[in-house]
Amino acid sequence: MGSNRIRRASAVALAAATAFAATACSSGGSGSGDAGGVVTISVNGLPPATQTVDRKNFEDDVKAFEASHPNIRIDAHEGMMDPKTFAAKLAGGQLEDVYYVYFTDPAGLIQRHQAADITPYLKDVPALADVKPALQDVFKGKDGKVYGLPTGNYSMGLVYNRELFTKAGLDPDEPPTTWDEVRTAAQKITALGDGTVGYADFSKNNQGGWHLTSWIYSLGGDVATRDDSGKWKATLDSDAAHKALQHLHDMRWTDDSMGSRQLLEIPDVQKMMGAGKLGMYLAGPDNIPTIVKQFERKYDEYGLAAMPGTATLGGGDGFMFNPKDAPAKIKAGLAWVQWKYLNPDRQEEIDQKSAGSDIPIGLPQPDLFDGRSGETVKAVHAKYANVPQQNYRPFTDRSADVQVKVEPPNAQQIYTVLDGVMQAVLTKQDANADELLKDAQKKVDTILATAQ
Amino acid sequence: MKVDTVGAPRRTQRRPAATPAPPPSSSPRRAGLRRRIADNLVGHLFLAAGVLAFALFSWYPIVRGFLLSFQQVNFAEPATWVGLDNFQRLFDDPLFLTAWRNTLWFTALALVFGFAAPFVTAVVLNELRHGRAYLRMTVYLPVMLPPIVTVLLWRWFYDPGPGLFNHALGILHLPPQQWLESENLSMLSLVLVSTWANMGTTTLIYLAALQGVPGELYEAAQLDGASIRQRLWHVTIPQMRFILLITLLLQVIGTMQVFIEPFVLTGGGPNDATVTVLLLLYRYAFVYNDFGLASAMSTVLFVVLGAFAALYLRLTRSKG
Repeated sequence: MGSNRIRRASAVALAAATAFAATACSSGGSGSGDAGGVVTISVNGLPPATQTVDRKNFEDDVKAFEASHPNIRIDAHEGMMDPKTFAAKLAGGQLEDVYYVYFTDPAGLIQRHQAADITPYLKDVPALADVKPALQDVFKGKDGKVYGLPTGNYSMGLVYNRELFTKAGLDPDEPPTTWDEVRTAAQKITALGDGTVGYADFSKNNQGGWHLTSWIYSLGGDVATRDDSGKWKATLDSDAAHKALQHLHDMRWTDDSMGSRQLLEIPDVQKMMGAGKLGMYLAGPDNIPTIVKQFERKYDEYGLAAMPGTATLGGGDGFMFNPKDAPAKIKAGLAWVQWKYLNPDRQEEIDQKSAGSDIPIGLPQPDLFDGRSGETVKAVHAKYANVPQQNYRPFTDRSADVQVKVEPPNAQQIYTVLDGVMQAVLTKQDANADELLKDAQKKVDTILATAQ
Repeated sequence: MKVDTVGAPRRTQRRPAATPAPPPSSSPRRAGLRRRIADNLVGHLFLAAGVLAFALFSWYPIVRGFLLSFQQVNFAEPATWVGLDNFQRLFDDPLFLTAWRNTLWFTALALVFGFAAPFVTAVVLNELRHGRAYLRMTVYLPVMLPPIVTVLLWRWFYDPGPGLFNHALGILHLPPQQWLESENLSMLSLVLVSTWANMGTTTLIYLAALQGVPGELYEAAQLDGASIRQRLWHVTIPQMRFILLITLLLQVIGTMQVFIEPFVLTGGGPNDATVTVLLLLYRYAFVYNDFGLASAMSTVLFVVLGAFAALYLRLTRSKG
């Protein structure tokens, strides 16, 4: 009897567990429902518990926002944009009401109708008036409607190790402004020996394509252009692209100033820079704090120059809204994004709070605002700066001369093709640039045939 | 009616012949059914949990994936049926053929190394008189490492600068190699990682099979003057033919799904030399967010692997 009881008890427990699992698998929904006029919205961007200061600041912001907006409750989730889980979360009703995106995402999300149209509610976002129009355009669809808000931006520049510059007899306050100067500097830094690499670049997981696009922009070219009929065409078989490949080839094979290990991606290069074994690489200003924090370096060790040449690639991040959201949730989400991320009036309070922590204040970017808002933010940053802003003057001084261009349509697919080109040049001494670019041109044209 | 017809003789068989037949009432039958259900309740519930888990995490995704290959989806709106469009786009992608060519090349190399190495190792281990347990554990040890750890470890081995292999070549006064950066070497380098990481299990299977080969066959061969090579060729291999065939098929199925090695070590490069079917599928789904195209690719892979799996089942059944 005893064993029968045990069997029955285990059967009941198993049935309960099975039912629970089934229920858990079928549950879903994007945030809590509304009750008594209070709207609860789920948002992501909450820093992980390991980043104690950032997380505390975020949680304080949530409290302050809820106090000033009694009808809105924030359900904050960790995480940013993860393409690997995005579709599953959307399909399963788990996507946040307000979700974080990189500038490479909106075009595809808009094309696939995976973001809500927020155009009717923009009159409630006065802060947008001073946000740079080029950044707002990233979130506009072909139909002219708006699907998200930018909250951060960067443009590719040249991050360099000031100590290695000095050791190599280069002036760290006068970094290269052309690719020829980059080549000369890379040779001198490599000559220091002991495994020091003058210049490194990415060539894996689409990051090579992303950087080759920046190279081509900097040399006056484009990856794709739109003709009068609105159709996109690849423009890879160009002088600028040939020059870019020739420069890379010469540094890799003639000068041997790019090291022998290739197929690198962001963490590899940051590690080289953090170890003091790399002279220069292409990156946005946000890379400097990453290197400083991750490898326990000092801000003084690094400088930032503008992109060599005449143009650079710009990117950034922002927030979009769940396409299944009701208007009340979209309005609440807009209020949150505006209050937290597009609020120059809060800048003083934010910087004052962050000044004593390891959160960097005074990097040249993000640089979202024009007009009065832009001036306010810059003045506050200068007042509370805790990073050596003079090290970034080569970046800010030339920024007016360097045009910022956005990424091409279907960017990730194009980057896959250009990754191959970058890899070929950096891993095959006899790579044929003509053939590579002609082949890439055909492949990118096929990809662009589906672009809006 | 059918239940009655089937149920009656069973009850009749259980009862002694002299016992009168029960009245045609349904209540004892119901009671019997209830008893049978109650007796097997735990079994059924355990079975239900397994069936539910399989249905949710295996069968449903398979069916859904198959349907998705004929649909255009954005997961925000209802799916649109697009017929064979996804397959058309898939076959138009120049990387489709490249990925299959690379995958088959990887499979072929993996058969040369990954099939022969465990067999040879098992034969050697079987012949050893001392230290067999220690060496068996050593061979199996890499299987216990998480795959990502194995791959990152080999990444250091392959590093053209301070890496272990080029350092060893330097000691031997041989020129350094671009293990992962060369189009010619990169696939072979991935195969070596995969072989090292996975050969432990296959070696143990072979070792078990070798120990099942009757010793008298070797004795008879030895009496007939057969050399070691001849004994291997005429006794060991024929005796292990079935197990060798099964592991060969399992290896083909396994290696055609290679993903972690190219994903972490090469990202498909250099110049698409290590783009495999699963890596391309991953890109379609998680880089381009094109789940229709990814599902079409997985359907093609499913058909190819299904053919090998059917062959495997047929072989195991015929042996059974």
